[in-house]
Amino acid sequence: MLRKIRITLAIVCLALITLLFLDFTGTLHAWFGWLAKIQFLPAFLTLNVGVVVALVLLTLLFGRVYCSIICPLGVFQDVVSHISGMRKKKKYRFSYSPAVSWLRYGLLALFIIALVAGIGSFVALLAPYSSYGRIVQNLFAPLWQWGNNLLAYFAERAESYAFYHTDVWLKSLPTFIVAAVTFVALIVLAWRNGRTYCNTICPVGTVLGFLSRFSLFQPVIDKSKCNSCGLCSKKCKAACIDGKKHTIDYSRCVACMDCLDTCQHGAIRYRFRYCKSATDTTATAPGNNVDTARRSFLTGAGLLIGATALKAQEKTVDGGLATILDKEIPERRTPIVPPGAQSLSHLRQHCTGCQLCVSVCPNGVLRPSSSLLSLMQPESSYERGFCRPECVKCSEVCPAGAIRKITPAQKSSIQIGHAVWVMPNCLPIVNGVSCGNCARHCPAGAITMVPSDPEDEFSVKIPAVNEERCIGCGACENLCPARPFSAIYVEGHEVHKTI
Amino acid sequence: MNRRQFLSRLGAGAAVSTLALSGCAPKTGKKSDQREEIPTDRMTYRTNPKTGEKVSILGYGCMRWPTVSNGSARDTNDDIDQQAVNRLVDYAIEHGVNYFDTSPAYCKGQSERVTGIALSRHPRDKYFIATKLSNFAPATWSREASIAMYRNSLKYLQTDHIDYMLLHAIGMGNNGMKEFEERYLKNGILDFLVEERKAGRIRNLGFSYHGDIAVFDRALAEHDKYHWDFVQIQLNYLDWKHAKEINERNTNAEYLYNELYKRGIPAVIMEPLLGGRLSKVHDHVAARLKQREPERSVASWAFRFAGTFPGVLTVLSGMTYMEHLQDNLRSYAPLQPLTEEEMQFLYDTADMMMRYPTVPCNDCKYCMPCPYGIDIPSILLHYNKCVNEGNLPESKQAENYRKARRAFLVGYDRSVPKLRQADHCIGCRRCVHHCPQGIDIPKELQKINNFAEYLKQGLDLVPALRQV
Repeated sequence: MLRKIRITLAIVCLALITLLFLDFTGTLHAWFGWLAKIQFLPAFLTLNVGVVVALVLLTLLFGRVYCSIICPLGVFQDVVSHISGMRKKKKYRFSYSPAVSWLRYGLLALFIIALVAGIGSFVALLAPYSSYGRIVQNLFAPLWQWGNNLLAYFAERAESYAFYHTDVWLKSLPTFIVAAVTFVALIVLAWRNGRTYCNTICPVGTVLGFLSRFSLFQPVIDKSKCNSCGLCSKKCKAACIDGKKHTIDYSRCVACMDCLDTCQHGAIRYRFRYCKSATDTTATAPGNNVDTARRSFLTGAGLLIGATALKAQEKTVDGGLATILDKEIPERRTPIVPPGAQSLSHLRQHCTGCQLCVSVCPNGVLRPSSSLLSLMQPESSYERGFCRPECVKCSEVCPAGAIRKITPAQKSSIQIGHAVWVMPNCLPIVNGVSCGNCARHCPAGAITMVPSDPEDEFSVKIPAVNEERCIGCGACENLCPARPFSAIYVEGHEVHKTI
Repeated sequence: MNRRQFLSRLGAGAAVSTLALSGCAPKTGKKSDQREEIPTDRMTYRTNPKTGEKVSILGYGCMRWPTVSNGSARDTNDDIDQQAVNRLVDYAIEHGVNYFDTSPAYCKGQSERVTGIALSRHPRDKYFIATKLSNFAPATWSREASIAMYRNSLKYLQTDHIDYMLLHAIGMGNNGMKEFEERYLKNGILDFLVEERKAGRIRNLGFSYHGDIAVFDRALAEHDKYHWDFVQIQLNYLDWKHAKEINERNTNAEYLYNELYKRGIPAVIMEPLLGGRLSKVHDHVAARLKQREPERSVASWAFRFAGTFPGVLTVLSGMTYMEHLQDNLRSYAPLQPLTEEEMQFLYDTADMMMRYPTVPCNDCKYCMPCPYGIDIPSILLHYNKCVNEGNLPESKQAENYRKARRAFLVGYDRSVPKLRQADHCIGCRRCVHHCPQGIDIPKELQKINNFAEYLKQGLDLVPALRQV
């Protein structure tokens, strides 16, 4: 019964969180956005005391049910492991192994150091929820969007507006590779050994594991009923039950309740630990290491997958139309991060790289950064669209408080960067045509067209940017007719300020 | 809704109404459409006063031949489907059409050749060929280049004489009068054509007119000198009284027609449907027309209107699809002229249509390609479609705001790729003087962009609409 409840809740959570990352329209967030916000690490980073305390209490009460129900990466591994177990003779394929404590606590220590030092890329690499988000955003979302585009294709022919086309594009190669490698590695680990990742690498698993040793409710082996058949050990995906010694390593038990149903003698029960027939339950000693050869193989395989997926390209348009060169990303001295991120360092310290903001950005602006320190964390660029004045979606979905919630009104006065004019690209200068598209579309009214020759008021007009009024939204850069490099582009600001 | 769908719905509608009418009876007698087969021998003909020859009231415009991709050669770069063209030409001739109007400029220069191939399969005395001296580009203004163009037409059309030869679109351009002089007078081309007429290689000489009215008036003032055998003008029930209202530069068809009529010059009618704008009308207008003549198409009203004038020699229609051709044949074989009262009904309809702020774009694509890649006609047509379908919400409080907003924005991205939308128009104005309708294209594009921007930002729409 407990197992069935766990499975039902877990599947619902996994499905909804997956949909959060797939739904590019952003409508699901209104109802289920909270699921991202109760994830441990994001809640911790956003200093959401309520959620963190609740999760700690939950673990102290029931053990690591968080890992079995709420964490999408954990449930995802369970799904893989379950499929693996459906093979013939593989139902009872696990065995007890001692904990690898030095690795767990060592990684946790490194993780905390990285967190404090603001090395966002390392934090993002290990954070479990973010790894899952990355996998969905990079690997599943394109399939979802292609499916959507197919529906949009039919809808268009049926004169229906129920579906609309969305662009599918590779947002960042390094992030894609990281996601693919993580995905393959996790599948192999879960396929063979169940919850290896959660009990050796995952920093959240380590913290909660430490707490769950003291949880009030635990699965407990009744020695009087146990005949040491060892079936529970063979069924335990966390490899934490030593059937022979009648002990369970509670720091690694994810409270999946599988063992309860497996034991044919009713010797394992999930119950209050301070009951009369108290059992001797202690953590076991460290032992084996992880298979490194396998890892390197997986990395190679992941790279291969990454390389083949790159071939998919967008269709180009034609007809009696002039060809349009694609815009290229200018070299920005300071990266642009979305309004609400407050500053580069704030974002770096809080973002876990889950890609939720990237998934919901409707304007093709946000993409994961490729620079080493902020790898996988979002940054803005305007070659596909600009940061539209009415949109604050990324600030609404961010579970980690890296992009703080703002309103469109606030956004209109947050300066995230400023426009810079590049004279040698500007069409009025290059071929004397009158343009002014940047000034026409500037939502902040920061651009004025002025005669290029101060002496001659009828000379061709060029944009004059009032940096104090510019908010860095990139409308000018995006709509500038100069291609591939715009004649006006945005430089980011390290610290955002309100004007 | 395009004409094709409209026709299919019409068929379905007819079937449904048949069912409804005989709903109480135990059996229904009609398997489908109640209308008779299109007759092959009942085409209405008009007489050319000079030659006495009989010209079919339906003329085939050869500027929209079908392509192998099932589109119109006007819209795509694909090759023309010669098989389909042959079939259309055969069907048209079989049903009494005998006037084929082409130009060296049509279908990216392919029209004359394709038309020539299709027509040469029929006896030369069964049809009349109309073509034009389309020397628009300054490079073709010289006498030699223009004459070469004329000789080329004879070659492509596989004939030794042109039945109806036109000076093409005089009055068009930034300075209509100057271009008229450069193209036809200073290089002696008009005199050359008059000589060719004397020699019999041109049987009728005329001109087609767009734009500057001074050029039209001047050409007619010199009628005694050149003896125009016919003149091609734009005439339809919207332009009859509203052309000037739609655009300051244009002239009401009423004036043009009457000027020709009082001189006894036969009029050839172009744009009877205004590039489809009189078939793709606002739903209210469509309902009004259908209510009156449920079994006739919306387009048929426009064709009957143009054909009703006695001074009209033929009415041109650029028919891409067999359904277009069949529908027009139904309107003209035979033509049932409109009564005074029906004419008034159409004038009232035109007044109604003027209340919907569509952009008078006929999708002729003369403005294309835009050097900055903007898909001008698609943007304007999308806007018109939204106007006609009632998807231009008047305010945020409007009942249909959400639905209309979605239809406008989603439909916009569907009709025009993002990079080719109106916000990328820089206002260089290179397109403006190419537009035969004289639309201020950059202004219209900015208006449409403002409207889209208001919808995207969810602002109240009143200021955006005031700019209309």
